[in-house]
Amino acid sequence: MSTEEENNPNEEVMSTTQSALRAAFGLALFAILTAGLIAFAKLGTNERIIEQEEKARLAALYALVPESYRNNDLLKDSYLLTSPNASEPRTVFVAKNDGQASALVLPWTAPDGYTAPIQLLIAIRTNGELLGVRVVEHKETPGLGDKIDVSKSDWVLSFDGRSLENTTATQWQVKKDGGDFDQLTGATITPRAVVSSVYEALNFFEENNVALLNQPAQSSLNLAQAGQ
Amino acid sequence: MSSESTTKSYQDELKTLSKNGLWNNNPALVQLLGLCPLLAVTGTVVNAIGLGVATMMVLIMSNLSVSLIRNFVNDAIRLPAFVMIIASLVTCAELLMKAFTYELYQILGIFIPLIVTNCAILGRADAYASKNNPVFAAVDGFMMGLGFLIVLVLLGAMRELIGQGTLFADMQLIFGESASAWEITFIGDYSNFLFAILPPGAFVGMGLIIALKNVIDDKIEKRKAAQESVKTGSKRVRVTGNIS
Repeated sequence: MSTEEENNPNEEVMSTTQSALRAAFGLALFAILTAGLIAFAKLGTNERIIEQEEKARLAALYALVPESYRNNDLLKDSYLLTSPNASEPRTVFVAKNDGQASALVLPWTAPDGYTAPIQLLIAIRTNGELLGVRVVEHKETPGLGDKIDVSKSDWVLSFDGRSLENTTATQWQVKKDGGDFDQLTGATITPRAVVSSVYEALNFFEENNVALLNQPAQSSLNLAQAGQ
Repeated sequence: MSSESTTKSYQDELKTLSKNGLWNNNPALVQLLGLCPLLAVTGTVVNAIGLGVATMMVLIMSNLSVSLIRNFVNDAIRLPAFVMIIASLVTCAELLMKAFTYELYQILGIFIPLIVTNCAILGRADAYASKNNPVFAAVDGFMMGLGFLIVLVLLGAMRELIGQGTLFADMQLIFGESASAWEITFIGDYSNFLFAILPPGAFVGMGLIIALKNVIDDKIEKRKAAQESVKTGSKRVRVTGNIS
């Protein structure tokens, strides 16, 4: 009797450890299987995803710079720029007409988007006038902040033709703050972030336009300290 | 003889599964599960189809795999194992959408990974797939997914029509370039009715659809009750529970 009582708890301990081990082993097996499944899917789709992302980026690029502004290959006439706006170098594209620079496309980040930084492409003519702005990546609220996307609404086209000359510093704000740009219904933070970011980019261009426009293709330019 | 009776019960089960998924136990209208994506992305038909099909695919695959492993998992690791399966399937769905419907992927954004949190999926895995054979489980996933998809598309159509005055706009995002001609504009030069596009419109639309279902259910029940009382005279009519 007494031996049984001593044995029983021991056995129980053994079996709980065993079942815990078995459960852990089972879960680990599942983790490996499911991770394998994801890796398999990733391998199968990776190439196409990169292709699609590149395509989306190029489509935005070509839509920004009308053909009358370029007869060169934008992808070739590009260089890497390190700006105070981003920690890592990013590609600037220069549009040229018969070798003469007519506009450039500047990648810019609005760090204060509603959920995540908003990635912009900003096309600026050599005279500092905006050819256009496109949002290439954002995580704004569907139905509200995502109207900055040109496929959702025309809002982003309100930048076309603007420059530091024809729009004063106070006008470079959303209407709610006393500026010129519409805010979006239900979303003020998003347009505010984009407007102030475009303004910042234009100022950056104004301060550094000589360096930006004369930079040779396929090189890199560091303006991280410039004007800041 | 036994084979005859099994095929019959087979058919019965499939029938019940279809009825439950599409109507009696519809995940969106009756279980009220997965409401967050349902209300958020049903601004247009194309968004609704995109998310609905993705959810349906995940539901079928998760039900199938859960059913296949149902005899190998004990209670301790059952739920974490199911969640792992669902999460990995959703990740696969996200990768596939990114590869083949990139623009739609960008529009739906955060709501694709959020399919993981759709309780309808874990609910079906636990309540049905873990207790039934793979064929039934897959059919259950298909029917539940279809029920969810239909409600999504219905709500999407309502909101697109009232909000933008169009139907089937931007279908090329899923079905390729030729589908861009499917767009039907009911009211040209329509100034958007913002209420329908914004979340409140989704809530009201959803409420109306649920109300419509209840009205239809009521009518069916009354007709049945009337038939029964004719048959059996003055018998008490059951007013609660499902009459099947």
